Amino acid sequence: MKRIMTCGLFALYLFTQNLYAADVPVTFDSPEKEARYYSLIEGVRCLVCQNQSLADSHADLAQDLRNEIIQMIKAGKSNKEILQFLVDRYGDFVLYRPPLQRNTLLLWLGPFAFLLIGIIVAIVIIRKQFATKTDNLELTDEQQQQLEELTNNKDKV
Amino acid sequence: MVRYLIPLVVFVGLVALFIFGLQNDPHIVPSPLIDKPAPAFNLPTLQNADNNISLKDLTGHVSLINVWASWCVACRSEHPVLVKNAKNKQLNLYGLNYKDKREDALQWLNQLGNPYLENAFDETGKVGIDYGVYGVPETFVLDKNGIIRYKVIGPIDQEKLDTVIFPLIKKLESS
Repeated sequence: MKRIMTCGLFALYLFTQNLYAADVPVTFDSPEKEARYYSLIEGVRCLVCQNQSLADSHADLAQDLRNEIIQMIKAGKSNKEILQFLVDRYGDFVLYRPPLQRNTLLLWLGPFAFLLIGIIVAIVIIRKQFATKTDNLELTDEQQQQLEELTNNKDKV
Repeated sequence: MVRYLIPLVVFVGLVALFIFGLQNDPHIVPSPLIDKPAPAFNLPTLQNADNNISLKDLTGHVSLINVWASWCVACRSEHPVLVKNAKNKQLNLYGLNYKDKREDALQWLNQLGNPYLENAFDETGKVGIDYGVYGVPETFVLDKNGIIRYKVIGPIDQEKLDTVIFPLIKKLESS
């Protein structure tokens, strides 16, 4: 019984994953516009609950902004114009995909810089290890003597 | 020796970075509207639906636009501060009543006092969107020409008024 309940709950969970927060059904005259609408609201942050997109958020403001976006799509505005409308009011922070510009250079190039640092460190370490290994091929005086003794013994046998 | 210092330096650097990060409130997002002309609006006043108020009515002197609503909890803690300072001649305080019910808002002003010279009634929240409002209360400081010079997100307290807003008003008024 418990297992059935768990399965049921899990199925319910999976089912809700694809539902949008939009509480008013949205209708567009073309599937292309509808696709644009959903891709737009998934790429915009809701400022009230910052870790949710406009698609996920139940906040009042998110609903208002979804309506604004619907109106703008219906009025024939391009994606670029719609995103500019939002950025003009709320700043770059609303975009989940920040544009590449001066104050986001570190954000975009940072990972590559860290990768480069990692590669350099790896090269240095590997080289060092390689160097110590080849150094050890030289025998110490003591080892040399041992080797000679062993080879001499071998001759005697 | 230097070998052992490197992790220490990296660690101290990271701690400094985290402490810096913790000082910042992620809910305060810098407004792109600062130093830009305030978005134009033309709305009915709260007191009288037949009268309109527009941005032009606010320009000519330094003014404040306080975005508030009767359903907003933080506004309730801010309100007494506004009422207390309303007598100050320097403070030209206008209200933008945001996504509220008219009777609720009027009752609020009757009960708690009215510090505003005039209130614009933004029932749909469209003007709020134009001003990038996302967390009431918010307050904008406009200079004489209607350029937004400063924005406070969240409730204003007396300290904020005394240390930031009144000096700013004085500066903008004399420029």
